[in-house]
Amino acid sequence: MIRFENVGLRYGMGSEILQDLTFEIEPQSFQFLTGPSGAGKTSLIRLLFMSLRPTRGLIKVFDRDLSVIDKQELPKLRRKIGVVFQDFRLLDHLTTYENVALPLRVIGKDESEYRSDVVDLLKWVGLGERMHVLPPVLSGGEKQRAAIARALITRPEVLLADEPTGNVDPPLARRLLRLFIELNKLGTSVVIATHDIALLEQVDARRMVLADGRLSIFD
Amino acid sequence: MAQSEENNNKQASSADVKPPRRPERTKRLKRKSAPKPKSREQSDDAKLRPAAAIVPPQSVAGRALTLVVAIMSFLACLTVGGVSVVWDAADAWQNDLVREITIQIRPTEGVEMLREIDKAVALAQEFSGIESVRALSDAETKALLEPWLGEGLQLDGLPVPRLIQITVNDPTLLNLSQLKSMVSQKIVGASVDDHSVWTSRLAAMAGAVVVGGFAIMVLVLSSMVLSVVFATQSAMAGNKDVVSVLHLVGAEDSFIAREFQRHFLVLGLKGGVSGGVAAILCFILLDMLTRQGSGQAGSDQLSALFGTVSVSLPGYFGVFGVIFLVAILTAITSGLAVKAHLAKVD
Repeated sequence: MIRFENVGLRYGMGSEILQDLTFEIEPQSFQFLTGPSGAGKTSLIRLLFMSLRPTRGLIKVFDRDLSVIDKQELPKLRRKIGVVFQDFRLLDHLTTYENVALPLRVIGKDESEYRSDVVDLLKWVGLGERMHVLPPVLSGGEKQRAAIARALITRPEVLLADEPTGNVDPPLARRLLRLFIELNKLGTSVVIATHDIALLEQVDARRMVLADGRLSIFD
Repeated sequence: MAQSEENNNKQASSADVKPPRRPERTKRLKRKSAPKPKSREQSDDAKLRPAAAIVPPQSVAGRALTLVVAIMSFLACLTVGGVSVVWDAADAWQNDLVREITIQIRPTEGVEMLREIDKAVALAQEFSGIESVRALSDAETKALLEPWLGEGLQLDGLPVPRLIQITVNDPTLLNLSQLKSMVSQKIVGASVDDHSVWTSRLAAMAGAVVVGGFAIMVLVLSSMVLSVVFATQSAMAGNKDVVSVLHLVGAEDSFIAREFQRHFLVLGLKGGVSGGVAAILCFILLDMLTRQGSGQAGSDQLSALFGTVSVSLPGYFGVFGVIFLVAILTAITSGLAVKAHLAKVD
């Protein structure tokens, strides 16, 4: 689904923060992306999401070479990838329901078409009673679940989650992990970037370890 | 792998996690459609507010920009109204002058003036498009000369030119050049004055006023466009997070531009309508004041130039046009500014 070949990334004239990354995200796979803080996990997630372009190497997303993809085509490819950031990135002036429905509004769907799907999903992530409140009123865990729901509403083929449990307590972290596993069972490839060892130990999954800009993979 | 680990953890966390406890939910998600019981859906619907604007209106443009747009459209509307008044006045002057032609007969030795006058009147009456031909009587001629030559004037003893006034009812039917040549050939010492010099000067003046008015309007609207560009850039900077989230959820640049454009269209309409209404009120006030003040010295000068100073229907249509133009310009400008900004961002 997503393939990296000898990918390198540097910001400006600095040294390469990611070097010779070669790996593939397979369909229906589940993997952790881990490594110490500052190892480049978020940069790699951004490369996977096509919000950064590599300074060298080949990235193929859904069999399309990123280096030749027109800028106009990026949104359509991005819609196949759900992404959850550590800082949630919810819009504070929209309710939980509206935040989760945003990806569907963006593709021009009428509210009557998606209303029941959004309500269902919000209940599925345990936010059925919080769908009409604004994000500033939500707790960290609720915000995280809302961000996850927003990433899932278009039923993406790949889910990228950057430190999804970074702002939540251990029980909620376990609960979120269960959500990702459930999603993976439904057919979505999942990449979870985390440095939370406790989280890694809960699931026997592929581990991609970033250190000193290089990637080691433990299947 | 993930599934096996999940089984190990199931017992510990099943109380916390909803999806695994409800296999029927899983099935429903797999089917990718989830029909809901009607009553529950209705209760959820009842709570939902109408979809809020993706770009918060308060973050886009404050009252200051609306005021700028209102002032600019007010000035543009005043220009349109002013041009309309001058245009109408020039048109009226031209019409009056075009409908009056004068034949002047200068006294010539050995030629009987009265006979030439009769000949000229008869000749002019033969032309189509002419309503009436009238030679000025001795008394009228004396009255014309009285301010310069005094009372008790004897025309017989003076070489005074005589005038024949022609009123034209349809300038398009009258062959003026033929009239001129016939009069100069057949009437001794006669010439035709059709006020063409005046009308051409008036036309030139009216044209200059119109061009000047449009130039002012273009300048005013250009300043407004620049203000909108700055405001859009500021709005984009203020909504960087919103734009980032929209990119995150797969929004195309055109969608983002439309979201901003919608706000600026509303802002442009508000500003345009406010400025236009203020201008219309000014026109009505000016009209009332000039009508009320008729008979006073200053007002008479103004009336002599422009008649009653009132904006005609085309002037009001122009004002509506300006309002529409301001709204459209504001929206298009903001849309283009957003797209230019997004092109730089990616």
